[in-house]
Amino acid sequence: MPHISLSNLTISYGEHRVLRDVTVDIPDGQITAIIGPSGCGKTTLLKTLNRLVDLYDDIRVEGEVRIDGANIYDPQADVLALRKKVGFLSQKPYPLPMSIYDNVSFGPKIHRMDGRQILDQIGQLQKHFAPGGLSGTGEGRSRISNDREMDLLVEYYLRLAGLWEEVRDRLHAPAAHLSIGQQQRLALARALAVEPEVILADEPTSALDPISAKLIEGQFRILKDRYTIVVVTHILRQARRIADYVIFLYLGELVEHGPADFFFRNPQDERTRAYISGEIS
Amino acid sequence: MRRRKVEETVLKGLMIASLGLVLASLAGILLVVIHRGISSLSLAMIFMVPEGGYYLGQGGGIANAIVGSILLAFGACLLSSLVGLPIAFALQREYLGPRLARITRLSLDILWGTPSIVYGAFGFVVMVYFGLTASLLAGVLTLSLLMLPIMTRSIEEIVRMMPQELKETSYALGATRIETTLAVTYRQALPGIVTGVLLAFGRGIGDTASILFTAGYTDYLPRSLLDPVASLPLAVFFQIATPIPEVQQRAYAAALILLVIVLVVSLGSRLIGRRYSRNVIK
Repeated sequence: MPHISLSNLTISYGEHRVLRDVTVDIPDGQITAIIGPSGCGKTTLLKTLNRLVDLYDDIRVEGEVRIDGANIYDPQADVLALRKKVGFLSQKPYPLPMSIYDNVSFGPKIHRMDGRQILDQIGQLQKHFAPGGLSGTGEGRSRISNDREMDLLVEYYLRLAGLWEEVRDRLHAPAAHLSIGQQQRLALARALAVEPEVILADEPTSALDPISAKLIEGQFRILKDRYTIVVVTHILRQARRIADYVIFLYLGELVEHGPADFFFRNPQDERTRAYISGEIS
Repeated sequence: MRRRKVEETVLKGLMIASLGLVLASLAGILLVVIHRGISSLSLAMIFMVPEGGYYLGQGGGIANAIVGSILLAFGACLLSSLVGLPIAFALQREYLGPRLARITRLSLDILWGTPSIVYGAFGFVVMVYFGLTASLLAGVLTLSLLMLPIMTRSIEEIVRMMPQELKETSYALGATRIETTLAVTYRQALPGIVTGVLLAFGRGIGDTASILFTAGYTDYLPRSLLDPVASLPLAVFFQIATPIPEVQQRAYAAALILLVIVLVVSLGSRLIGRRYSRNVIK
């Protein structure tokens, strides 16, 4: 299990400091919610953890982010390996411009996972999650493609993301045709398929209808047994529902963090109390 | 309140008027070309090369120009896509710094606005330097230069319009720049790529000045890349300039053939493009 540890993390876009001197450990195998008003740096913090911030012009990262003990901003660090280890769900789901099947197999293919590795990976995971009905020898499958292991992988992760039953008959249809709630679950399946250890989710339910949102939250609760999940949310009630640990940011500053129970019952800082009670938002 | 309604009506009227003007001009060109050309259009015209005395109104056809134009336009299209697509993708900020990208865009815009006779003259100078004569090869090379800025800039605009989050999705899965470009950007931009290539094709197949000196003109079909080659725009030009009415009519028939080729290529590639763009994310 990775240990994510931020120390003295400061991030600036040009002259503007988005995050100031953030130091915090993110617990393993739990759901950590990053909360705070809009524009407080939540998303930037999240995108720092898989170095997606590298894609932006004029950004400067100071301080350290250690995952499994290694500073991911070390010039020697392997960004591709990091992003394989740390999966990401964006606010609005963006299916890749390809079929449902290809969306899930995209990651394993670019990471050149072979049949053996795929079977091992699924075997390992199945000890934790055995989503019902995965037979491994479905008759329909050989019809779809010759690559049996990949078929199995696609089915497994679609089941794990709670989408299989809805798409099993149209795996080769364009992912663009799915509803937005289905697209977000597809994004989850796609992220899980590269075998990450951490899942970062940036307000993953904010673009969804309430039922899809509930489905995603439900999947997170199931998945936290095996993955470390970090969710950015501006919905306090969502944080109360799913979070085990809470990090509260205000204007780029880490105000308070702690186990969810304690955090919501006994907020220490005045700003936290104001935010929880709804005085600031 | 009244003012706003008047404004709305006036602007709407203006739009409809402009649209009508464009459609009317297009219809006018088509009507003239069809009216004057259709009577000379025959199988011989399409399948035969000029016989002796063709330009005085005797037998034969312009197969030499049809084949020539198709070879020139497709050859140049292919060549220019091979260079233009990589440039269009390279202008993304993952690859090129913003300054270099701006300079490249500006140069392409200037090239786009350069009259095609300048391309022809440039092609001619280079040709002479290398001791080449007017040929299919020289024509294709010159024409592809003419097509390059049109194709590259229009494709690049499409690539630039792509949502950044779509690319981020691919990067977040651990994909490299090249994997993201080939698997995501390319597929998403495909309809725009088809349009860009078509724009360049249409401009290229109709262009006269750039191939006047470089491809030459001949009554024969080319047998190698180094043979001179005829083309439809020049066939129109030469025939319309004669005092003989039959030959002038043939000029319109040649123009009609040119229009039909552009129409067929345009419809065909859009159809193919649509087949491959059903995965595009809206």
